[in-house]
Order: sequence, then C-alpha cells, then structure tokens
Amino acid sequence: MRFDWSFWLAALHEIPEEFVRIVAALVALCVFIPANALVLVYLERKVAGHVQRRPGPFEVGPHGILQTVADALKLVGKQLFRPYGADRVLFWLAAILAFAPVFVLFLPIPFGPVLTTLDVNLGLLLILAFAGVNVLSICLAGWSANNKWSLIGAARGVAQCVAYEIPLLLALLAVAFMKGSLNLSQIVQGQGNWPWQWNVVTQPIAFLVYFVCAVAETNRSPFDLPEAESELTAGFHTEYSGMGFGMFFLSEYANMIVVCAVAVSVFLGGWKGPLLPGSWWFLGKVYGLLLVIMWFRWTYPRVRFDQLLNLNWKWLMPLSIANLVLTAFVMKVV
Amino acid sequence: MTKVEALKQRLARIWSLIVGLKVTGTFFVSPQITVHYPRQTVRNMETFHGPVELVPRPDDPAKPRCIVCMQCVSACPSKCLSVVPKPQPRASAEGQEAHPKPAEAKGDKAAKKPAAKEPLKFMYDFTLCSLCGTCVETCPVGSLRFSHDAYLAGPDKAAFVYDLLARLAGQAAAGCGRAEDKGSARVDDRGAKGGV
Repeated sequence: MRFDWSFWLAALHEIPEEFVRIVAALVALCVFIPANALVLVYLERKVAGHVQRRPGPFEVGPHGILQTVADALKLVGKQLFRPYGADRVLFWLAAILAFAPVFVLFLPIPFGPVLTTLDVNLGLLLILAFAGVNVLSICLAGWSANNKWSLIGAARGVAQCVAYEIPLLLALLAVAFMKGSLNLSQIVQGQGNWPWQWNVVTQPIAFLVYFVCAVAETNRSPFDLPEAESELTAGFHTEYSGMGFGMFFLSEYANMIVVCAVAVSVFLGGWKGPLLPGSWWFLGKVYGLLLVIMWFRWTYPRVRFDQLLNLNWKWLMPLSIANLVLTAFVMKVV
Repeated sequence: MTKVEALKQRLARIWSLIVGLKVTGTFFVSPQITVHYPRQTVRNMETFHGPVELVPRPDDPAKPRCIVCMQCVSACPSKCLSVVPKPQPRASAEGQEAHPKPAEAKGDKAAKKPAAKEPLKFMYDFTLCSLCGTCVETCPVGSLRFSHDAYLAGPDKAAFVYDLLARLAGQAAAGCGRAEDKGSARVDDRGAKGGV
C-alpha cells in the first residue's frame, strides 16, 4: 500500500501553529541557553581577570576560549552522590527545579520583530511568576541537604529573593501603567529606535530599582550571600557535586540573561535600533547589561544580610511605590 | 547631624558607588600587571634571591673563593650543604731538607702560612633549603651568594640537588659572571659589594 501523503499532510495542518512555534523555540533555546552559558562563564572569568589586571583563562584553547568546555566536561564527569540523611526525592528535585522554569522564562521575550514565541498579553506576568520557582528550588536545596549551613544559606537566599521581588514588580508595573499592557512585544513597539525614545528616559527610577532588584534576584554580587556562604561556611548548593551543581550554575546564568532581556525589552528599547536588524540590537543590549552586572560583581563588596534587607524595605520599596503613585498621578491628571 | 548633613552624606555615599565603577573600569582597560610566563619574563632580577651559588675567584673564575672552613655547613639550619675538602699533599722529607725553616734556625717563632684548602665536592640540596641566607652571611670570604634563577622546573627531587662546583665551572666556561666578580685578588676580601 502506498504511503498516504495527503492524509498526513492534512493532519499536519491540524497541529496548532502556536504548538509548532513553541516546539521550534524550545529546540532553539536548547542551543541558545547552553551556548550563552558557555560564553558568559568565559566572559565572566575574562572580565574578572582584566578588572584585576591579569590575563584570566589563557591556556585551554587560544586565549582560553575552550576553558568553559573543559569545565563543563569536568562537571559532567563527576560522581553524583547524595549525602547520607538527605531527602531522597527533594534533593534531586531541587536541582531539576532550578533549571526547569528557565525554558518557560524565555518564551515571551521578544528577540526580534517576529522572534517572539509567545506573544501573549500576560508575558511579563508569566516571567515573574515562573521566576518564583527558582526561590522554591533554593528552599528545597537547603532543606533537603540535611546540613545546618545549607539551611541557613537557603533561608537567607529565600528571604532575599522574596524581598526583592516586590520592588521589581512595582518598577515593571509603572511601565505597564504607562504603556497600558503587560505584553513585552507591545512595550517594545511603544519605544523608538533612539535612546531618547526609550522608556528609561521617562522612568529612570524604575529602571534603577528594577536593575538593582534583578541583580539581587539572580544572587549576583554584591547580593550573592547565598553563594558566598559557600566560601565562608556553606551555601544552599554545597552538598551538590558535578551536574547537580551544574544545574544551579546554569540556571544562574540563564536567569541573568532573562532579567537582562526583560530590562532591555521594557526600558532600553528591546530590539529597536537604527540600521542593523532587530535581533542584533537586542543581543547587543542584553550583553551590554550582562557586562554591567559583571562589572558590579568585581567592584562592590558583598552586603551584609541586614544591610540587604534594609536596602530593600527602607529604600527600594518606598521608592518604587512612590514612583508608581507618581506615574499613576501623571497618567491620570496630566 | 542635621538633615542637610545627613542628605549630603547619603549623596556622597551614592557617589562613591560611581567612583568605584570608574576605578574598576579604568583597571579593565589598563595594561596587565601580570608577567605572563612563559610568553614574558621578569626583566629586573638583581634583587631576586634564588638558589645559592658559589662566587668565583677574580684570578680563576672556575674556582670558588671557598676555603672549606665549614661554617656554612654548620650554620645552615636545614643542613642542605655538604663540603668535602681536597686532600692536601703531605710535605715530603726531601722538601723539608731542601728548605730549612730559616726562622727556626734564627730561633724565632715560625710564622707558618697554612696551605689554602679547596673544596673537592660542594653539594647543595635545594629541596631542603629555605633561602634564609645564613650561609651567605656566615661565609667569611664571601664565597656564597644568591643566584638569580627564578624559572626552575624539574621532573623529580634529584634535579634539585645541585653540584655547585660543576655549576661554577659551567658558568666560567660560558663566561657568565657578574661584574662585581672581577674585584680584589685577595682571598679573604668579600668584594666591593660588601657581602650580599
């Protein structure tokens, strides 16, 4: 019997277009995220080196470009073991949960004029909601490791993430008020090609608050208490070896890209820019912000835990609320 | 503190954040301080204290100033030096008769000049050395000094047990001495550099 092409072609047309888009995007993300993590880890070490006036990785490959590949191979090759007394299910679930939401977070981001997987009206909310899963994974990691320092590190990490989500949300809300939509593509469309046409001009305080909160959410210096504890006593991911740690590591860099992408889309004009195609501008701006985050890491000393929370509750929260009220007032009255 | 002063202080602190970024930003674009071995090597090594080596005599660069007094051997806290003197030829009966001691013939006390001792073997175990410099300071004739060898690498510990006499002979043959080696001809002169 001959293969019935017409039946199967008709069946293919029945598949919803959104499904095909999402599958194609997930496949592309499976390449994009690890490739970016590779480049970012290398860039981080090189930037760290040059800020400290030393070469950074240099031996593995020309100028050390294969260093991250070697590190990844090392991580993959290590034994995965669970400490005695650690919760059987939660221990590995925490590692998986760290990386699981990352793919979802990338879906609403407008990489270019047509390169948006999920052009939904609640794109921003989707990102903020799934970023909360990262907090859960920190909590589970610290609890399930059966280690008092992991627990304390995780408790600090959770407190930090939960606290800094509020001004983050309020800053983004101010822009949503102005643009009237939580759809990232529409927010980008509402901005122009040139820097004076971007949202950062009309909402500078929101941008600063958002950026500080983003750095804190991703546990980056100077807010890297959950990670730094591993240098001092222990951190939430101390009991993980090999790829377990690799999951947390990868998810940190992926989350960095997500928060920078949101910052670029909401405040810095997204993919809009003169001359070059949109996606080049988008990636260029995201990498610019990532370099700034790395710059922060090698400039500022770590904040103490009480300073961290003070900064949030006494400064960022009132600032973001005031900004929101002012925005609402200006929108309605003026 | 008044409100104005408090505000000024807060603004100064926020400004310090920007200053910090400027500092690290300047460092990022400045040339590196690291001397990137092996592509680059450090150029001024005159003050570097490398493994100890023998100082040549001004008149015979292949021979050390060492008089085998063994003070360096006993002073070393790590016991890394071992010196063996060259056996002295015994005075022959013929020699004694041919040259009667004129001072004793006159009845004065003989002022014996002892024969200068030379090292036969001078071994230096760098695996034990702590580069404290006690041997260099203790040597009465200035026969030991720190070399400027910084780039040392070897496959096993045996590579770091040095034969200092062979090293000196090699240096003399290659002609790589220091400028201050051509000093006074006196054996007990520590040289113009006055010690290390």
